Amino acid sequence: MKKYYIKTIGLIIIASFMMVGTGICGAGYDYIDITHPFLRKIPIAIPVFKEIYPSDATKHLSKTASDLLAETLEFTGYFKILDRDAFLVDMQTVTSLANVNFYNWTSIGAELLVTGGGLIQNNQVELELRLYDTFKEKLLVGKRYKGLVKDQRKIVRRFCSEIIFFLTGNKGFFNSEIAFVSKNSGNKEIYVCEFDGYNPRQITHTKSITLSPAWSSDGKWLAYTSYAKGKPDLYLKHLRQKRGAVISKKGINITPAWVPNKFELAATLSFSGDPEIYLLTGTGKIIKRLTKKRGIDLSPTWSPDAKHMGFVSKRSGTPQIYIKDISSGAVKRLTFQGRYNTQPSWSPKGDKLAYAGMENGHNDIFVIGIDGQGLIQLTHDQGDNEAPSWSPDGSLIVFSSTREGLSRIYVMTSYGTDQRRLLALEGEQTEPDWSPRMVNN
Amino acid sequence: MRKKLLINLAMVLVIPGFLFTVSCAKKTIKDDTSLVQEAEDEAAAKAAAEKARLEEMARQRAIEEQRLQDESERMASARDLFLNENIFFEFDSAVLLAEAQAILKNKGEWLMNNPDVTVTIEGHCDERGTNEYNLALGDRRAASAKTFLMDLGISGSRLNCISYGEERPVDPGHNEEAWAKNRRGHFTIN
Repeated sequence: MKKYYIKTIGLIIIASFMMVGTGICGAGYDYIDITHPFLRKIPIAIPVFKEIYPSDATKHLSKTASDLLAETLEFTGYFKILDRDAFLVDMQTVTSLANVNFYNWTSIGAELLVTGGGLIQNNQVELELRLYDTFKEKLLVGKRYKGLVKDQRKIVRRFCSEIIFFLTGNKGFFNSEIAFVSKNSGNKEIYVCEFDGYNPRQITHTKSITLSPAWSSDGKWLAYTSYAKGKPDLYLKHLRQKRGAVISKKGINITPAWVPNKFELAATLSFSGDPEIYLLTGTGKIIKRLTKKRGIDLSPTWSPDAKHMGFVSKRSGTPQIYIKDISSGAVKRLTFQGRYNTQPSWSPKGDKLAYAGMENGHNDIFVIGIDGQGLIQLTHDQGDNEAPSWSPDGSLIVFSSTREGLSRIYVMTSYGTDQRRLLALEGEQTEPDWSPRMVNN
Repeated sequence: MRKKLLINLAMVLVIPGFLFTVSCAKKTIKDDTSLVQEAEDEAAAKAAAEKARLEEMARQRAIEEQRLQDESERMASARDLFLNENIFFEFDSAVLLAEAQAILKNKGEWLMNNPDVTVTIEGHCDERGTNEYNLALGDRRAASAKTFLMDLGISGSRLNCISYGEERPVDPGHNEEAWAKNRRGHFTIN
C-alpha cells in the first residue's frame, strides 16, 4: 500500500513540476529554442490580406503587403512559409478577422497564422495585423497601423519586429541596413541596401578605389578607406548631413571599427613605419595606440561592451586572431587552427567571433567562441567566402562569396544554414557590413 | 805693269759687280714672284688647312652627336629599365630575395646617377587572402624596398611609398603564374 501512495505522490510532484516548468519559460519563448533556433522551422501560414473595402489599390496592397511579410519572416530562417495553394480559407470571404476557424489551419499543419486586413483611403493606408497560435487557438500579437501608402514596407517590418520580439525576446533586425562595396568598370564604391537586399543605392562617388565600409553604432556614420586623393585615406562620413573628417597620414589608413556607443573608432595606420591599431575620436584625432608589436596588426573588432577588441596580428609568424583586454592591456591568441585567419567580426551577442580562414588558397567562414572553444566551419568547397558581418541580433551572418563566379553578397544563419544570395548588381560585390538597428526608421 | 794690274783688278772687281747688280736686280724680281707664289701657296695651304680643320670639326661634332645620342639612348633605356623592372615576393612575405636585392641595387645606382629624381614605390599583392590584409602586406613590401635603398645611401625623402593591396593586379588570372606576377614592387617617377 505504501509503495502505491509513494508512486502516486511522486507522479503528482513530477507532473506539477512540469506544469510549473512551462510557466517559468515565459510567454513566447517556447516557440523558438534560443539555444538551437534553426533546428526546426515553425510552419506558419500567411494568407493574402483581406481587403476591408475592395478597390484596385487595396487589392494590390493586400497582395504586396502579405507577400512582403512572408518574405521578411522567411529571411530570419526561423519559419517555414506554407504554400498558399494548400489553404482551405479564402480571406476575402471571411466576415470578421477576429473570428478564426483554427481547424482550417491546424489541419494543413500551420502552427502559427498571420492574418491582415488592408484598406487604402486618400493616400492613407490602414493595416490591422494579427499573429495567432493555431493549436492553442490564441491571439499572440495584434496591432493596427496607419500611415502613408509609401510607408507600407515600414509597417510590415514593424509588425515582423513585434512577432520576432514576442517569439524570441529579441528585437530582430528589420530596421537595419547593409553597406557593401561594388566594383564596376574598375572603380570600387560604397553602396547601402536594406537588410533584405531591397533598394540598393550608391553612397560614394569617388571614381577611385573605395573599400571596407564600417557603420557607427548609432547608424549615422560610415567610415571607409578611399584612394580618392591618390593614396589609402580613411574617411568618416555622416550619412544624412554633409559633414565628416579625413585621416590621411603617410602610409595606409584602413580597417575602421567604431567603438560601441561611443563617438570613437579603432583603425589601422602605418605612418610610424609599421601597421598598428590606434584609437581615434570621431573627428579623426588619435587618442592612443592600441597595439605595440612589430609586424602587421590590423582589422579591429569590438565586443558589444567595448571591453575587448579582437584583431589580426602576424606577431607569431602567420596572420592569426587575437583578443585584447582593453583595461588590462593583456593580449591572448584566439585562433590556433589554420595558417591564415583574418577579418574577425564579434557577434553582437558577445559570445562568438566569425572570421575568414584560408586553406588551399581559398577562404571559408568560421565561427569560434571567445574562449577559443566550439570552432565550426560554416562554408565548404564553395569558392572564396570572406568578410563576415553579424546581424544586430546575432542571428544571421552576411558575407561575400565567389561560389557563382563573380563575388556576391550572401546571407546565412549563424549556424551556416539557409545560405542564399542577398542581391546582385553589375560588376562584383564585396566587403559587406551589417548596420546596427537604425533608430529613425 | 802696275797700271795694267790695277786696271785688270778693277775689271775683275767692277764687271762682276755689274753682273752682281744685274743679277741682284734679277733676284729681286725673282723674290717678288716667289713671294707671290709663296703667298699663293700659303693661301692654298691655309685654305686646305681650313678645309681640313672644318672637316675635322664636323667629324668631331658628328662623333660627339653620336656619343650624345648613344648616351641618351643608354639613359632612356636605363630609365625604362628602372620603370619596367619589378621586384617580386613570395606569398604572404615582404622579404627581399637575392634577385630582388640585385634589381634594387641597379635601381639604387640609377637613383645615384639621377640625383634630382624622386620616385614612388608601389607594393602589390595577389588576389588570395583578404583585401584589408593585402593592403597592409603591400605597405610592408613597399617599405622593405625603401629601407633597402636607404641603406644604399639614397635619401628617404626621395622615396615615397604606396600600397595597392590586391586592387591593381597586372594579370587577372587565377593561377600561380598570374599570382606570382602580381606579388610585386613597382617603381614610378614623380
